[in-house]
Amino acid sequence: MNALLAVIRRDLLLALRRKSEALTALFFFVIVVSLFPLGIGPDPNLLRKIGPGVLWVAALLSTLLGLNRLFADDFADGTLEQMAVSPTPLGWLVAGKILAHWLVSGLPLVLLAPMLGLQFDLPVDALGLLTLGLLIGTPLLSMIGAIGAALTLGLRGGGALLSLIVLPLYVPALIFGAGAVEAQIAGLQAGGHLSLLAAMLALSVFFAPLAVTAAIRIALE
Amino acid sequence: MSSRLINWFRYSSPATFYPLAGKLIPWFAALAVLFGVAGLWVGFFVAPTDAQQGEGYRIIFLHVPASWMSMFIYMVMAFWSAVGLSLNTRLSGIMATALAPTGAIFTALSLITGSLWGKPMWGTWWIWDARLTSELLLFFLYLGYIALRAAIDDPRRADRACAVLALVGVVNIPVIYFSVQWWNTLHQGSSISLTRSPSMAHTMLLGMLLVALAAWMYSIAVALTRARAIILERERHTDWVVRLPELNA
Repeated sequence: MNALLAVIRRDLLLALRRKSEALTALFFFVIVVSLFPLGIGPDPNLLRKIGPGVLWVAALLSTLLGLNRLFADDFADGTLEQMAVSPTPLGWLVAGKILAHWLVSGLPLVLLAPMLGLQFDLPVDALGLLTLGLLIGTPLLSMIGAIGAALTLGLRGGGALLSLIVLPLYVPALIFGAGAVEAQIAGLQAGGHLSLLAAMLALSVFFAPLAVTAAIRIALE
Repeated sequence: MSSRLINWFRYSSPATFYPLAGKLIPWFAALAVLFGVAGLWVGFFVAPTDAQQGEGYRIIFLHVPASWMSMFIYMVMAFWSAVGLSLNTRLSGIMATALAPTGAIFTALSLITGSLWGKPMWGTWWIWDARLTSELLLFFLYLGYIALRAAIDDPRRADRACAVLALVGVVNIPVIYFSVQWWNTLHQGSSISLTRSPSMAHTMLLGMLLVALAAWMYSIAVALTRARAIILERERHTDWVVRLPELNA
């Protein structure tokens, strides 16, 4: 437990020392979301309809931005190797890194989403649901993304390759996350979507660190 | 039991697999041609014209086998990946690599023939139907796999990293399929249903199965050929490759 907290603390400290990286991803999220009304037109009915989807797609893309830095620095300076040979299980340390990544890149999106949802004229209860969905969904995105980040460690064209690998795997999260809000706006029950999203999160909490650990060990060989 | 195990592992060595594959390829290629000709003959000349869809339906003789193969090949790839990761055999990674382009081609073929069929039948090239969408995502998974493979220079690392990716993909395929299906039913009613199965004439089914067999045999032949090429490339410094009669002729 101490090791986990130490990893989280260290990664958060590193992020604090280099604020611009996390902030860039956050502003990217804001800008992408704001571009859609400019491209599509200001009709409130249309915006209300596409709002949840746009916010979710922007969240996927902005999560991608920080991903290739998730392990890259530790890989380059040998920290990852030390983690792999340390007596603490690598999966545990990796879980800490993923959690720290989510705190830096996922949580701000969740907090910002309701404000951006207002630009799309989403009703208040839909805003709440959108935030709840992102709260469950963004850790899932960090977990799946970490697998891709570990697989592409130290490769040429890492960023584009990472998107190609990870984005298809993000589809279920996108569907259920945006679907929950749309169902709610359409007057249907949204609970099922969120339950499925939470189920996927539970599965990935178990499996993702295993896959990430395997991928890191392959990269370190 | 033990003798059988030894037999299997004997052929997991590239040096013994290479000549075996060379002997098998002509047989699978011949079977592919045979089944293909028979299937297309049944499809074009024997199978009756469909009552609702006219002659246009005949593209299913290519479309359905291509879709089956696209999914089946991903399963086989994942199988070889699991074998490669757990037993650390060199040949498994080579087989998975050799299969990926064929799988991607069948996925593309299935999407293209599907949209050619959709235009006269549904009046549109593309609808966001659950099956079309999941097939498209399968295509993206293949592309990601091939791209990852191409980005890693060291073949051993490429084998193992791609194996992890294939296994992650195979866990996700059912999730993707069901989520897309549910998303689809949420967005639009089932105005057009692909799942309705009309009492298909036996000759139609026969033609489809024959072409599917042809596609299967073709995939094996092509994958083995590609595997042989990969083996030669990776093992070019070894003695047995240098001594191969066909290279010294």
